[in-house]
Amino acid sequence: MGNPVNAILATDCGSTTTKAILIRRQGDEFRLIARGEAPTTVEAPFDDVTVGVLNAASELEELTGGSFITDGRLNIGHGGGADIYVSTSSAGGGLQMLVTGVVKTMTAESAQRAALGAGAIVIDVLAVDDGREDHEKIERIRSLRPDMILMSGGTEGGTISHLLDTAEILRAAAPKPRLGRGFQLPVIYAGNTEARDPVAQILDDTVKLTFVPNLRPALERENLDPSRTAIHDLFLDHVMAQAPGYDKLLQWTNAPVMATPAAVGEMVKVAAAMENLNVLAVDIGGATTDVFSVFDGEFTRTVSANLGMSYSISNVLAEAGLAGIARWIPFAADEADLRNRLRNKMIRPTTVPQTVDDLLIEQAVAREALRLAFAQHRQLAVGLRGVQRRRTVGEAFSQESGGESLINMMTLGLIIGSGGVLSHAPRREQAALMMIDAFQPEGVTELAVDSIFMMPQLGVLAQVQPEAAHQVFRRDCLIPLGAVIAPVGKTKPGAEAVSVTGAHGEVKVPFGELKVLPLGVGREDQVTIRPARGLDVGGGGGKPVTATVRGGVVGIIIDARGRPLDLPTSERAETMRRWLRDAGGDPEVPRTATEGA
Amino acid sequence: MPTAYTPGLTIAADTVVRKERLLPLRGEVLVTEGERVEAETPIARAMRPGNLSSVKVSERLGVDPTDLPSVMLKPVGDAVEAGEVIAETRAFFGLFHNVCESPVKGVIEHISPLSGYVGIREEPMPLETVAHISGRVIGVQEERGAIVESRAALIQGIFGVGGERRGILRIAARGPEASLEVALAPEAQGAVLVGGATADAESLAAAARAGATGVVIGGIDDVALRAFVGYDIGVAVTGQERVPFTLIITEGFGSVAMAQRTFELLASHVGSNASIDGSTQIRAGVIRPEIIVTIHEDSVHGVARPQDAGQSGQLSVGAQVRLIREPYFGRLAVVTGLPAEPQRIETEALVRVAEVDLGDGRKVLVPRANVEMVHG
Repeated sequence: MGNPVNAILATDCGSTTTKAILIRRQGDEFRLIARGEAPTTVEAPFDDVTVGVLNAASELEELTGGSFITDGRLNIGHGGGADIYVSTSSAGGGLQMLVTGVVKTMTAESAQRAALGAGAIVIDVLAVDDGREDHEKIERIRSLRPDMILMSGGTEGGTISHLLDTAEILRAAAPKPRLGRGFQLPVIYAGNTEARDPVAQILDDTVKLTFVPNLRPALERENLDPSRTAIHDLFLDHVMAQAPGYDKLLQWTNAPVMATPAAVGEMVKVAAAMENLNVLAVDIGGATTDVFSVFDGEFTRTVSANLGMSYSISNVLAEAGLAGIARWIPFAADEADLRNRLRNKMIRPTTVPQTVDDLLIEQAVAREALRLAFAQHRQLAVGLRGVQRRRTVGEAFSQESGGESLINMMTLGLIIGSGGVLSHAPRREQAALMMIDAFQPEGVTELAVDSIFMMPQLGVLAQVQPEAAHQVFRRDCLIPLGAVIAPVGKTKPGAEAVSVTGAHGEVKVPFGELKVLPLGVGREDQVTIRPARGLDVGGGGGKPVTATVRGGVVGIIIDARGRPLDLPTSERAETMRRWLRDAGGDPEVPRTATEGA
Repeated sequence: MPTAYTPGLTIAADTVVRKERLLPLRGEVLVTEGERVEAETPIARAMRPGNLSSVKVSERLGVDPTDLPSVMLKPVGDAVEAGEVIAETRAFFGLFHNVCESPVKGVIEHISPLSGYVGIREEPMPLETVAHISGRVIGVQEERGAIVESRAALIQGIFGVGGERRGILRIAARGPEASLEVALAPEAQGAVLVGGATADAESLAAAARAGATGVVIGGIDDVALRAFVGYDIGVAVTGQERVPFTLIITEGFGSVAMAQRTFELLASHVGSNASIDGSTQIRAGVIRPEIIVTIHEDSVHGVARPQDAGQSGQLSVGAQVRLIREPYFGRLAVVTGLPAEPQRIETEALVRVAEVDLGDGRKVLVPRANVEMVHG
C-alpha cells in the first residue's frame, strides 16, 4: 500500500451539475471539508466531462485554499491538495439499458433487477409473453437506441427456442448504440447456457456479445452478480469510453468510475449494515426518482425514469392526475391555474418557489412522485416468482404466482430522503411529512435526509476507503429528523388512537391527528407505545410495544392518522393545513422546532 | 461561482443563422458549397435500407428448424413479392400441401436452420432533407448533408409542439396582449399566424380549419394545449406530435402577453417566409422552438451570431429581465441590486436574490433563479 490517505477529492458528474467534495482526516476521523459545483460539460461547446470536473475542483480550491489542479489536469498525490480522487457519473442521461427475458414475471423480471442493481435506467423490458407482436418489438428496439442490452431467459436445461426467437428479433432490429457511431452495441447474454452457441451464430455480426452465467439458473434461484459485474465493466469499457472526455477522467481516478445510482446503492447497503436496520432510501431528482431498499439483507433498486420535480413534473401530472396532486395541497387550488404552474416549472426547470402557495404545490407534487415511484419499487422488490413453496396445511404444494413482497413497512427501520425537494425543504418538518405521506411507514421508523446529496461520492469512496466513507456518512451526510410512530388500522375520528409514555410523560393522540414531541439530535428515549384496540404498532392489535427511539431535528412524530392513510373528503384543505401545522411545517406559523433551514 | 439565473431566449432582429441539414445515414449530397438554396431545396438524399422482416417459417410449416433449407423454394439473395410462396411442404404424394408466403416485398437475406427463421429485407425507402431556410451553402459534409447559412431574424420560443414547417407570416391578433383571431389574417391558408397573448381550443381549431402551418402566441392554457394535442404531454420532449400545425409559445403557460419586442419583430416581417420548428427538449442540451425569417441580404459580414449576443448578457444592475415564477410570472423588470448575501424569502428558503424594479413604482426581491435575461 502507498502513502497514508489524508485528503480525498470525490466528484459526481450528474446530467446537469458536477458536484465535488473534499474530505480530510481531522484527528482520527475523516470529515467533509467543502463542496463545490459547476455545470456538467459533456455537451457542445465543451464536449469534455473533465472541464466540469476541473471547474468544480477550482471552486473547492477557492473555498479551501487547497491546490487540486496543475497544468490543466487534476493533481492528485504528488503533494497536491488530495491524495486520491474518485468519481461517479450519470452524465449524458446515465446508463440506459434494454432487458429481455422469456417469461415477463420470471427471467425478464430477474434481468430487470440485475440491470437496476447495476445502476441502469431500464428503458424497456421485452419478454416472449409481453403481449407484443415481433414486429412491434423490432420497431421498439430500433427507436430506443439503448447503451446496452441484457438478454436472459431459460433456466439451465430449459428453453432454447425462445432465446433464438429473441436473438432473431435483435438481429432484425439491428440496434444502434446511443453514443459513439460505428461501434457495436454491447449485449450481455445471461440466459440458458445451452443456447449460447446458436445465439452467437445468429447475433455475432450484429452486436458485441459477452457471455455470463445464467442469471436465473433455476426457478428458485437468481444469480445476478455476474450480470451486474459485466454491466459495470461494459459501462466503463464501452459506454463511458464513448462519452466525451471520459478517457481522460478514467485515467485520473484512483478507482473505477461508478454509475451514480450504483454508488448510492452501495451506500444504502452500508447504512443498512451500519445501523443493522431495514432501510428505504429515495433520491428524487428533476428527471428521475430512484428508490433503494434493503430488507433482511436483500437489496433492491428501482428507477422511475420519468418521475421528477422539474423536467419530468408534467409526467407526474399525467400519471397521478391533477386530482392526485391537488388532494395534498392545503388550500383550494384552481385546476387551470395549477396545470399552468406545473407546466411553467417544466419549461423553466431551474426556478424555485417564491411564494408559500408555490412551495406547497411543489411539495404536493413530490408526495405523488414519491408515492408512484415507491409503488413501482414494491412491484419489483419481490421474492422469486414461479417458485413452488411448501404450505403448512397438509404439506400441499402450490404455485406461488404473485411473488412475496420484500417490503414490510412494519419492519422498516430507517427512511433516507435525498434530492432537492427533500434536502432543501425550508423546514425539515416539511421533508419529514412528505416522506411520511408518500411512504406511510408503520410502527416505529426513523427518518433522515441526505444533507447535500453526497451519497454517490461516498458510495464510490467506500470501494477504496470504506472507513472514510463510513465516518463522513455518519457525521456529515445524514441529518437525522427523528422517528415516526404510526399505528396501523383505523378507529373513530377523535377517539384515542395511541398513547406514548417516555421522558416527556404520557402523551395521548386521538385518531386522525398528528403530534410532534421534541427530542434532539443525539438523544434517545425509551418509550412505551400503547395502541388502541384494533390498532397495531408492531406487537399485534392493541398490544403495547416498548422501543428506543432516537431524536432528530424534528423529534418524535406521532402519526395517528391511521394506515392506510385516507385523506379527508370533507374539509380536506383545512385538515391538510392542520396536519402541516401540527407537524411544524406550516411556513405561515412561526417555528416551534429547534432546527431551521 | 456558477450562474444562478436562466439565460434568456434569443430574440434577434438581424443575425446569422446556421443550420446543419444532415441525413441520419449516408447518402448523396445534392448541393455544392457556395450555392444559394431556397427553403424547399433538397440538400441530400439517401435510400434507407428496408426493414428486415423475420418469418418463423419452420413453425408455420410444422417442420424442425434443421429441415428449413429443404422446404425453402427461394434461396438467399432472391427477390420475392408480398404474398409469394417462399417455402412449402408436401406429404402423401402432394395430397397435403402447406405453404408459407412472404409478408412483404423484398429480398431473402438469411435462412436460419438454428432458429427456423427466414429474414426478408424490404425495399429501400427514399429519404430526403431540405434546406428549411433559404440562404447559402457554406459547407458540405460528404455523404451526409450541408450547412446552410442565412442572414435572418431569429426568435426562440419557450415551448412548442409539432416539427419543421414553413409559411408566410401573418398577424392574427389586435396586439401582443390580445388573443388569437384567425379571421384577422388576410390569408390563413399556408400561413404562420402570429397571435398575441393566448389562444383557446376553439381558435386553435379555427386555425387548423383555415389551413395554417403554424401559430405563434405568448402563452396557452394547458387545458387548451391538451385539447390541441389530444393528450397530456408527459416528458418535455416534443416535435413529433401529429398536429395540424406547429404551435410555438414564446413566454409560458397561461395567458401571457407576447413580449412587445417579439411581437413587433414578427410584425415587421409580415408577408415574409418563415421557417418554424416546435421541437423542444428541456433536458441537458436544451432545444427550444424557433422562428426564422430570412433577410435576403447576401453578406453576413459583421453580423453577430446569436451565441455572441447571448454571452454578452450578464446579470448586472440595469439589466432588463423577465420574471419567470409566481407571484410576478411574465413581468418585465430592471435589475436594481444584486445583494451578495443570500436572503430569506417568503417560503423561508435562504437563496441568492436580485432586487428588481417592476416599473410600477415597486421594487421587490426575487430569487436569481427566477429571472431570465432579456437580450438578443
